[in-house]
Amino acid sequence: MGYFYMQCLRTQRVMTAGPVLVVMALTLAACGSSSSSSPSSSSSSGGSSSSSLSGTLNGSGSTFQLTFQQTAISSFKSVQPGLTVNYGGGGSGKGRTDLASGVVNYAGSDSPIPAAEMAGFKGKTVLYFPVVIGPITVSYNLPGVKNLKLSAPVLADIFQAKITKWNDSAIAADNPGVSLPSTAIVIARRSDSSGTTQNFSEFLVKAAPSVWKLGTDSTIAWPANSRGGNGNGGVAQIVKTTPGAIGYVDYADAKASGLTFASIKNQAGSYIAPSTQSATAAADNATIEPNLTFSAIWAPGASSYPITYQSWDLVYQAQSSSQTAKGLQAYIGYLLGPGQKLLPQLGYAPLPSSLDQKATAQLSKIGSSSAASASPS
Amino acid sequence: MSTVTQRAGPAGPAHPLSGRRPFGDRGFQVVALASGLLVLVILVLIAVSTTQQASSWFSAEGLSGVFSTTWNPAAGQFGALAFIYGTAITAAIAIILAVPVSVGIALLLTEVVPYRWARPIVYVIDLLAVIPSVVWGLWGILVFAPWIQNIYTSIGSAVSGVPVLGALFGPPVSGASFFTCGIILAFMITPIVTSLSREVIATVPAIDREGAYALGATRLEMIRGAVWPHSQGGIVGSVLLGLGRAMGETIAAALVIGSSATITSHLFAPGYNMPAVIANEFGEASGVFRAALIGLGVLLFVFTIIINIIARGVVERSARRKRGA
Repeated sequence: MGYFYMQCLRTQRVMTAGPVLVVMALTLAACGSSSSSSPSSSSSSGGSSSSSLSGTLNGSGSTFQLTFQQTAISSFKSVQPGLTVNYGGGGSGKGRTDLASGVVNYAGSDSPIPAAEMAGFKGKTVLYFPVVIGPITVSYNLPGVKNLKLSAPVLADIFQAKITKWNDSAIAADNPGVSLPSTAIVIARRSDSSGTTQNFSEFLVKAAPSVWKLGTDSTIAWPANSRGGNGNGGVAQIVKTTPGAIGYVDYADAKASGLTFASIKNQAGSYIAPSTQSATAAADNATIEPNLTFSAIWAPGASSYPITYQSWDLVYQAQSSSQTAKGLQAYIGYLLGPGQKLLPQLGYAPLPSSLDQKATAQLSKIGSSSAASASPS
Repeated sequence: MSTVTQRAGPAGPAHPLSGRRPFGDRGFQVVALASGLLVLVILVLIAVSTTQQASSWFSAEGLSGVFSTTWNPAAGQFGALAFIYGTAITAAIAIILAVPVSVGIALLLTEVVPYRWARPIVYVIDLLAVIPSVVWGLWGILVFAPWIQNIYTSIGSAVSGVPVLGALFGPPVSGASFFTCGIILAFMITPIVTSLSREVIATVPAIDREGAYALGATRLEMIRGAVWPHSQGGIVGSVLLGLGRAMGETIAAALVIGSSATITSHLFAPGYNMPAVIANEFGEASGVFRAALIGLGVLLFVFTIIINIIARGVVERSARRKRGA
């Protein structure tokens, strides 16, 4: 009985200490934030980039962009300390849905808005800002084979389980003079839906249309004995630990896991290895639409890597608050300017300069629908 | 709460609450009723809004399409049968593995083990229940699946020609498969079934047990004759609750089930079930694909409600029988 009495007393003491701690923490937080917001509260209606902005921007969507967004957000803090940016990831589909319902200010998407989703945007104009390019590697685990070359029809047959052994004549035809073992091929693919799968399958549809029968989507009906991994890291792990495995992995994750990648035959007939330069070359040769959508997959050009994909940040043209519009201009301008220098070490490729210029010119279109109000909240 | 019956004394009503109820009591009744109704309203709203969002799937596919075996989003085919099969198989494996172990542990704790050892064992079992689902999934895919794949491969090659066993346990084998998911789910539902069964078995009156011993029964005969008739309803109810949990378990299943929407008798092959496909694919889905995933959620909701209603029915029927109706 005495033991329980002591427990009651202890809980009582904790229960009085608890609210006191909470009040202290809130006071400290309020003091901290008020001291940091006082310089930015003088933000005026001038549009120069040197004026300090305040507020919060929320984004979500593509996980391909996630590492870039996180790195850019933390270095953006030194440029605009009063402007807080949050990026939630969650997938391109979620990002587009969040933008349509107004939950976020910008959405990261690996593909333009599909026709089925256009109704959600209720006719409002959406601006596309390409921010990042990246190659998808075809990584494999074959000890002793260093420079594997693969063409699209052979890749299509491998990933449909029509070619089941590494020493198949089709693979040997792409690799004259290389001795290939008779190991069984293990297909590594994504278990979750992803823009990487969508773009890899889009490559197979464009480059080997008569051979690839499984279509293109964020999730594919892979052959039954393929191994599914969660995220690019999961597929990388399967490739790394399974002899004879072959899988499609983002360049950043493949480099981080130390995987060996194959050189893929591009439209010009050359076997190109994935790299920052070959990805940017692919984007340079892609046809850019007026609204800045494009596809760098299977791009022409002698030095283009054929499995390069891209991601955009989507923003509504009409913004309800000029403060949000300026914040978006500042942040996306940062992604298109100094942020591009962060890309190579993260495993992405920067935009080609012509595309970057077009995107930067589009920044001024992010405008407020009510021109009169300019007072920051 | 029902109103208090009036007890008329010599000078009229004796109980102060029998007339106009004081405000606090009425207020409490209103709040309690509102809370109960709120839960019901939320449940109905969830059911209605998810069915609404899934309606484009039902209308696009029709009844035959919804229950077809082909799931191919790239080609616009969304048949749910492979996932219903996967949910049923993994839940069945989990129940078959977990129930004998759990009921055995419960009987051990109540009949065999001395009381001072029972408390620490109960504590450890309850710790199993506290492990988050995602930790089970990560452990499963990073540690358990690669280790057990070797065991599957040797079993698979040993039974590959045998008629029934080969179809169940033969190749293709993979670490992430129906059976691995079933094992992880079994780990997760064991604490629930054990603790509920233990509670039920502990309510068997000592007089029945002693009576059985007095008549010369062995321990096993006592359990069969005195413990089991009393507790069978409660144990079946707890098994059904464990089944409901196994069917709905999401992130652990998503990580270890292998993500392959196929209907196959090979238990060591990769598969898919309803919560796993929703968790894996929702982020990038749109249009009819998204409606199909929400529809799978609706189906799962309906199945777990049915299982829980059956569980409650069984428990109440056995309780009524025990009380003598």
